[in-house]
This record gives sequence, C-alpha cells and structure tokens, in this order.
Amino acid sequence: METVKKTTSPSVSEVFNSMEYGPALESDKVAAAWLDDHDRKFGLFINNEWVHPEERKFYETKSPGSGEFLAKTTQGNSDDVETAVCAAKEAHKSWSTLSGHERSKYLYSIARHVQKHSRLIAVVEALDNGKSIRETRDADIPTVIRHLYYYAGWAQLMEETLPGWESVGVIGAIVPWNFPLMLLCWKVAPALAMGNTVVLKPATYTRLSALLFAEICAEAGLPKGVFNVITGGGAMGQILAEHRLVDKVAFTGSTEIGKVLRMATAGTGKKISLELGGKSPVVVYHNADLDSAVESVVDAIWFNQGQVCSAGSKLLVQEPVFDKFIEKLKVRLGHFRIGKTMDKTIDMAAIVDESQRKSVAEYVEGAREEGADVFQVEVPEGCFYPPTLITGVNTASRVVMEEIFGPVLVALPFRTAKEAIAIANNTLYGLGASVHSEQLPLALETAKNIQAGSVWINCHNMFDAAAGFGGYKQSGFGRDGGREGLFEYAKPGWQTSEIVSKPDVDFKKFGTAYEGGAPTINGSNGEHTAVDRTYKLYYGGAQKRPDGNYCRTVRSAEGKVMAQVGDSNRKDVRNAVEAAVKAQPGWAKKSPFNRQQILYYIAENLEQRKKEFAGILEEMTGVTSDEAAEELEKCIERLFYWAGYADKYGGTVQETQLYGTVIKIHEPLGVIGIVCPDKNPLLSFVSLMAPAIARSNAVVMVPSEKYPLAALGLYQIFETSDLPGGVVNILTGGRDHLTKYLAEHQNVDGMWCFTSRNAATFVENASAVNVKRTWVGYGKDRKWMDDQQGQGEEFLYHSVQVKNVWLTMGDIFAN
Amino acid sequence: TKLILLDSLLQEIRMVCGPNNPGMELDLAWIQQVRVNLPAVKRRADTLTTKRTVKQQWQAGWLLRAVTCIDLTTLAGDDTPSNTARLALKAAKPIRPDLIKAMDAEGLNITCGAVCVYPSRVKETVQFLNKYGASQIPVAAVATGFPSGQYSLDTRLQEIKMAVAAGAREIDIVINRTLALQHNWEELYNEVVEMKKACGDAHMKSILAIGELATMENVYKASLVCMMAGSDFIKTSTGKEGVNATLPVGLVMCRAIREYFEKTGFIVGFKPAGGIRTAKDAMAWLILIKEELGDDWLNNQLFRIGASGLLTDIERQLFHWVTGRYAAAHELAMS
Repeated sequence: METVKKTTSPSVSEVFNSMEYGPALESDKVAAAWLDDHDRKFGLFINNEWVHPEERKFYETKSPGSGEFLAKTTQGNSDDVETAVCAAKEAHKSWSTLSGHERSKYLYSIARHVQKHSRLIAVVEALDNGKSIRETRDADIPTVIRHLYYYAGWAQLMEETLPGWESVGVIGAIVPWNFPLMLLCWKVAPALAMGNTVVLKPATYTRLSALLFAEICAEAGLPKGVFNVITGGGAMGQILAEHRLVDKVAFTGSTEIGKVLRMATAGTGKKISLELGGKSPVVVYHNADLDSAVESVVDAIWFNQGQVCSAGSKLLVQEPVFDKFIEKLKVRLGHFRIGKTMDKTIDMAAIVDESQRKSVAEYVEGAREEGADVFQVEVPEGCFYPPTLITGVNTASRVVMEEIFGPVLVALPFRTAKEAIAIANNTLYGLGASVHSEQLPLALETAKNIQAGSVWINCHNMFDAAAGFGGYKQSGFGRDGGREGLFEYAKPGWQTSEIVSKPDVDFKKFGTAYEGGAPTINGSNGEHTAVDRTYKLYYGGAQKRPDGNYCRTVRSAEGKVMAQVGDSNRKDVRNAVEAAVKAQPGWAKKSPFNRQQILYYIAENLEQRKKEFAGILEEMTGVTSDEAAEELEKCIERLFYWAGYADKYGGTVQETQLYGTVIKIHEPLGVIGIVCPDKNPLLSFVSLMAPAIARSNAVVMVPSEKYPLAALGLYQIFETSDLPGGVVNILTGGRDHLTKYLAEHQNVDGMWCFTSRNAATFVENASAVNVKRTWVGYGKDRKWMDDQQGQGEEFLYHSVQVKNVWLTMGDIFAN
Repeated sequence: TKLILLDSLLQEIRMVCGPNNPGMELDLAWIQQVRVNLPAVKRRADTLTTKRTVKQQWQAGWLLRAVTCIDLTTLAGDDTPSNTARLALKAAKPIRPDLIKAMDAEGLNITCGAVCVYPSRVKETVQFLNKYGASQIPVAAVATGFPSGQYSLDTRLQEIKMAVAAGAREIDIVINRTLALQHNWEELYNEVVEMKKACGDAHMKSILAIGELATMENVYKASLVCMMAGSDFIKTSTGKEGVNATLPVGLVMCRAIREYFEKTGFIVGFKPAGGIRTAKDAMAWLILIKEELGDDWLNNQLFRIGASGLLTDIERQLFHWVTGRYAAAHELAMS
C-alpha cells in the first residue's frame, strides 16, 4: 500500500514543536437537521401538538457564541396561557388518578427517550445557550436523565412514602436560561411523579431545548396535556403564575422576580416554590490541599461561565495562605481556554447574551473604579467575558455583596473559623457554600454553621437528583430534588385546592390600628372577678409589661370580664423577636434529648393542671366541660407526639452518585412568628408551637385574640419546665396588628398565620420582601382535634429547612 | 510579582533544557505540611481528558512527541540479546519511515527517549544502539534491588556503579518503601543522596513505587524527599506493583515537582511507568503535563513514559491518520 503525503496547516512538525492544542469541534449537523425539520420556526407545544396561533410575533433565537440564527419561536400571549393551562387542567383529571406505577412507567419512558436523543439535546442546548458542548454533554444532560430516573422511582413509591398526600393540580413552571433543560426537569420530573400536570414557560433566551423535550415526551407516549410548553416574553410568566387554574408556581430565577411572583400570588391559595439567587462562599482553610482547592474554585465560579445560582463567587481564604492561594489561582487562569461553544477543548464558552455580558462588565468596571485589583485573561472577540479574579475588596464592596451572575470571583482574607463563618453568612443569600480543609472536625463545624441549602466539603457545584437543591434566606424556599422535593408538588389529601383571585387587601392599612387605650375599667359594675387576673406579655423568659402599658379585657362566653391581657405594639414585637433571635442558637445547640425532655416536662406539668386549664377554656369559650377536658387531653398527647419527634427528624443519608456521603440535615428555620386561630385556642396554640420548638426553632406566638387566656397561662408552665427563656415568647393583643409587625420583621425567618384570608394575604405579600417562608390557613377550617389535620409531616416540613452536606471520601488508592 | 518571578524562572529553563537539580538539605517542616485530598485529585484527573483533547494533525504531532518521550522498556527474567536487540532497533526507528515521510516529518528525526533494561542487559543494549547508528539514545538501567528494593544498601549502591560502568547513562533507582511507610524521611533522604552520588554523571530517576506507598500524602512526601536528595526525575512505578501509573498519582507528583520548582527554582523531570498502553493514555499524560507543569516540561528532557506496547498503538494511530485505514498488527514492526 502506498502512503500519500498529508499536507496540513499547521503541519504535523509544527504541532510537534509547538505542542499547541488545536480545535476539536463537535458537529452541529444533528441539531441543524432538527431545526430544519421544523422549518426553523416553532409554535407552542400544547396537548402533544404544535400549536401555531395566528397573529403572533416571533422571537429570533441566535447562538450567543457565533451569532448564528437558529430559529424563530412564538411570542405567546394570555390566550395561549389560557389554552395551555386548560389543557393541563383537563389532563390532570386522568393523570392524577393513574397509579403510581403507571406514572412511573411514563417517566421511565421519557428518561429512555432522552437517553436515546442525548447527543441531539446536548448540541441544541449548547447552541441555544452558548455554553460549551462539553458541559451540556457531561453535566446538564446526565443530570436531566438522572432526575427522570430518580422521580420515576418516587412516582412508584408515592403511596407508600407519602400516605394521604395527593397531587396539587396544575403547575406553572418558570425557569431561567442558565441550565434551560436541567432546571425545567428539576420541576417537571417531581411534578409529574406526584400526579400534577405542567405548563412550562422557558426563558426568552433559551427556548429550544424545552420545545425539543416536549416533543420527546410526546414521542415517549406521555398523554396529551400533561406537559405543555408556551413561549413568550417575561410578562407571560406572571400571567401564567396568576392564572386562576394554576395551583402552584414553581420558579427558578432572580430574587427580584421571585419576590414579584410571591406578591402576585399572595392570598390566592397557590403553592409556590422559589429557587433564587446566591452569593455563595468558598472557604479555604490554611490546612486545605491548596492545589485541589484551586480546582474546586474553578468548578465553583467558572463552571457555565459563572452563570450558576450556586456559583461560589465569594472566596474566603485564611490569611496565612491568602497570597499563595491567589498566586496559584492566577497561574491556573493562565491555562484557561475560552472559545467556541462547540469546541470540546475549552473551559469557558459564550455568555448567554450581550446584555448579560454588559451587566457583568459593569460590575467589574465598578470594582476597578473603587480601586480593586482586577485580574483577567484574554478572551476572543464576541459575547465572551474573561474569567475574573478581584482582590482588594471587602464586605462593603458592591461586587462582594451582590450577585454578578458571571465568571467573576471576589477574594477576601479571614483570620479564624469564626470570622470565616461570619463573612460567609454576611449576605442576603444562602444557596450554596463550600469548605476546604483536610481537618474534618473543622470542615464539618463550618458546614453546620454556614446558612446554605447545599454545602460541599472539598468540592463545589455537585448536583444529584437525590439531594435537594434550594436556598436559605433570600435564596428562596422549597427544594428541587430529593424526597424533600416531593413536598413542593403534593399536599395533604384532606386539603382542598381552591384558588381565588388575589384578595383586595389594603397592605398599607392592614393591621396598622393599635387598639390600645380603649377604656378597660370594668370593675365598678360588679362584673369583676374576685381575684384580679392580669396577664402580662411573656418574652425572653420573663413576664413583661406591654410597651404601651395598655391592656385589653378578656370576657367569658357569657360576657363577664375574666381577665386583662397586655395589648402589644410593634415595640413589643421588636423585643420579643430580639429575645427569640438571641435564644434560638443555644436552643438549637442543645441535644435533641434535652429538647425532648423539656417537651415531656411541659406535658407533665400541664397534665397536673389540666383541670384548671380546662376550666378556663370552658368559661372563656363556652365549650362543655367534656369538650374542654378532651382538648386538654389532646394538648398533652400533642406534646408527647412532638416530644417523640424531637430526636427523630434530624435528616437522612441521600443516595447520590457521589463516592462518599451526602447528609441531609433538617435545620430549624430560626425564628418563626405564629399567629393562632380562635378555634381550639389552646390546642391550636400547642399544635403549632410544639413542632416548631421540637425542631429547634424559637417562636413568637400570638394566641387567639378572642380567647388568649389558656394559651397565655402556659408561660407559668414553661417557667417550671426548664424551657430556656426566649424559646417561646407570647404576645397578646390585636392579632392583625401583631401579624403585620411580625411579617414585616426582617429577622423573622418564617411566618405561620391561621387567622383570616386577609391576614394570610398580608403575610404572604409582606414576607416576599425578605423571602420568608410562610404557612397560612387562608381562613379555612382546620380540625385541630383530628390527628390527620393537627399533626403529621406537614408540620415537620414547615418546621425545618433542608441542608445537604456533601462529604467526599477516600484516601485509599492502592495497597 | 511572584507571577513575574515564575515567568522569569520559566524563561531560564528554556535555556537550561533538561533537569537541573542540585538538591537541598532535607526540609522536614515542608514535608510535614503536605496535604492531599484524594477525591479532589481524582476529580481533576478525571476531567483533564474531558476538558482537553487533540484531533487531526494536532493529534499526529502530539503522538510523535509522545514517541520521543518513550523509555522503550523490557524488564523480564527471560530477556536475552535477541529481544534487547529488537528493542534497540525499534527505539531507533520507532515509526515506519513511509508514515513519517507522508507526514513530512523526516526532519524531526523521531526516536524513542531511551531504552530501559535490567543492569545485566546494559552492555549489549549500548552495543546494539551503537551498531544501529543510534548512540545518541541513552540506555537506562533499573537498579538498587529493582523492583522491591529489599536488599542491603551496599549491594544496591554497587548495582548503580556497575550499571554506569556498563554504559548506562540513566539509572532508574527504586526507593526503600519500608522507610517511606515508616515515615523515616531522614533515612530515605540519606539513601537517595548516596545513590545520586553513585550515579556520578548518569541521570538518576527515582522510582517511588506508588502502589506500595499507601497514601497520596506519602507519594507527595516521597516525591519531595527524592527531589531534595537530588533526583533528576521522579518516576511513578516499577510496573511490578499492583497499582502503577494512574493519572491521579501523576497529578500529585506533578504538583510536587511544581511546588519544588516554585520554592527552589530547581527543575525535576517526571516519568510515569506501568500500565500506559494506548495512544489515548499517552495523550492524557501529555495533557496532564501541559496543564500542570506547562509546555516547558513537554519534551523528553523532562518527561518520559516507561512503556513497551504503547509504541505499537501509537504507530497504529499514525497509520490511520496517514492512510485512513486501520492497520493490521503484522504491518508494523514488533519491538
């Protein structure tokens, strides 16, 4: 055989001498063929069909890396939302009644079809978003497949794992552009598994993979209407969220839009989960493997061009190794390759859109102007932004405080672990964090103390369907993934899902009236009881006089004056919250056994005085003595029930693909404001307080406005039950007034409100400001005496927030 | 400023070319602060080859580079002049001339980096290379009680001297794993210093036998000790241990070389050996070197691969690049 000369440019010899990398381009043929099949013009995907409504505008999708035109997609409007939501509503009737096994089979089928088309999907995703084909191939699409398999399993096991729970209904899913398909799958897979149907609105920049996925779902045999995709501008998201037939809003995106959606749906009865922004810390201790920590930083901030909600954008390095570590990072960046989306041998590709690139650049320019040291490497022309390392900034710098959502890392030194934790937590956000140290006790203690939903030890940005992802604080609430993610798409079966339009509440006026100062002199007409009963407020472990020094009169069912209780105002709220904030960390640090003993002790002491309490209930509410006695027995049983749970809901091990262990920790929210209903005034109070404190929260309780006495009387029992001061605080007075100031308090982490729908509306609306978790009753009836309604996992779900700690393992490699 | 310093150091080696390591006093404090996180090392090693690849003429150029870095090796009990002669010629003419011609690469004068044999085979191998007109290719001899090292220091040193006398220009010593496992770094350092002396002008490659060192921290520490003792190269394995040249181990050793260079300015080469059989493996190792140590290490003065069958696979890949056909084994000269 004769060999023929191969001439190339550069020549083989030139490459031999230079040892440069060359291009390694993935072909986009497969994606082009798919786009051509659709004439590069897409409609909406509703009821398993392409819908092309007339007179719609189109949006031209271009590949950010090359500027190449990909396709036109439809700009839908509110009519299209209507069509899609109605289709989903109709489909829900049959889909929700299928057996878990049937739904599981469908999800498995989708997973298999996605696997079959994985190359096509990876290419489409990379072209559309601009990110590198390597990442869609190795990260996005494998995660998508993993989620589908994982939730196929939960569909099968739903009846067994969540007995008595059922689907919510129609899910309105709104997802961003950074991981278009992966994040939509994080919503769709659990939603379908639990028997919901979905209407999805993909982000404007990235619509193609959602449309492709919809087509694949149809190919996989998913019944029509179960999954629908509508494309359109930003306003369409809100139209979808507000639609009367949408039962739940599942959102991933910016904190700003998350807040808008929370407000838009306040009081409507819709469930909502928000996965929002972040400014996640990367902590590097002096005793870390520094070379490996450098690679962790690469994964943390330069994965997906830094356009990751959990991007480790705030690097905290211990002072003795700060300079050394920064040098190592700079050397590492010198080896970075930034280039074409379809090139398989690059580290970073294009930014999603020119406007995003500009926004990132503005942040960095701002830092330069403030005198920061900015280190960057060269990038090609086009929609690229260099990996950037900023030093010489501090906690008050804008680039340290705000989410940049680009490949920009800020680095700060710290002295001690305590200081590292303080700086790590000195942020509005709490999505991710990583800790680097070869000293396990130090790494674990740091992980425990950083307030974030995912904490990676000696790695960053690891994801798996089995570990829920979501935030603390203004990074949102709810989890995508894990068993914990199921609760976002299921509700207790006894609850009806009635969506109403947003109640007309005057948020400026709600609860502003302070009724203190109304005349309370009642003794002259002979109504006064023999012994004066004047209750005080209870906070910080002591009985306190109300700030305004006013009381209100509590009358018996027969209208007689029973007692006077304090009439709290906003300053009392401030003081009580301060006491709760102070007490909560110590309470959480106590052993579960200790908390359990205290709950049993409260029950024991209440048992001793149950006749007295029953008597108060009887006189105050007019129930029969049997009913009052029954309520007392139930209170004692509830305390036992939650004492039992004090050491049995700490978390579990998540079965991810990591070699090592992922530990799910159920952490307390912190401080919860709880406004109790009038119904079963003692039992509802106990039923809400006990799970909260069993799970290490501190609470500010507002007992029934009308019937505060029995609950208020508990403070004497707390005092004799070794309950530390500040764990339970009780404020009496105007409930709407107190609701307002609790919901508006930035240091209250959760707000439970079981009074009127207006109050619920106010709470959900006001809580949007600092993205508080809320649990409200919308003024609907709840049977507190019924165990199904008055206890159970719903209460636990609201009492905890999930932190997943990723622990890699391994030192053995040979003999 | 440190960056600039590093750059100027790099400029220097470009001129120096080859290892340049006078060694230093044993610094135990440095050794004590070594930390290696294995899961993170594995992750980096796994993603090196998913983040980088070479195709087309780049792959061909890189493959030729890999050929020049091969220490073409036979280390068997049944080695005789029949197969050492074959090996010597293959080292001198590693790729079929028509393939080289088709690539227009005659000017590169591609040969292997060295021929690696047992001490008893050194003399004849040197003679064969001379006979084939390839005297520029050094013969490397394994020594010091290869592969276990479980012999007295006297005989181990004696072996080095005899191999050098027989014409070996490179000596691949094995370290004393007993001392490493006992963390007796001082004694280990002293032994390696003695061995370096015994090598005289011959380049010394220190084999860590990483498969018997238990932890990556031991690998890193043994690397530092060997470099402090003046090794010209550090090498992963004898090829006889259960675990040999894996990318994670290579990553750890490269990082040790880099740190040693950054702290002292001394340049040490690296040689993975054992289990590197495919062209794809070789590409992965070149990528590792390029990413972690930089282009200055990407030549046979500072990088070698200890292998035997690897060469055939590379030749087969080049055959395919040139002809578009997959070669049959019998079409390529065996070594």
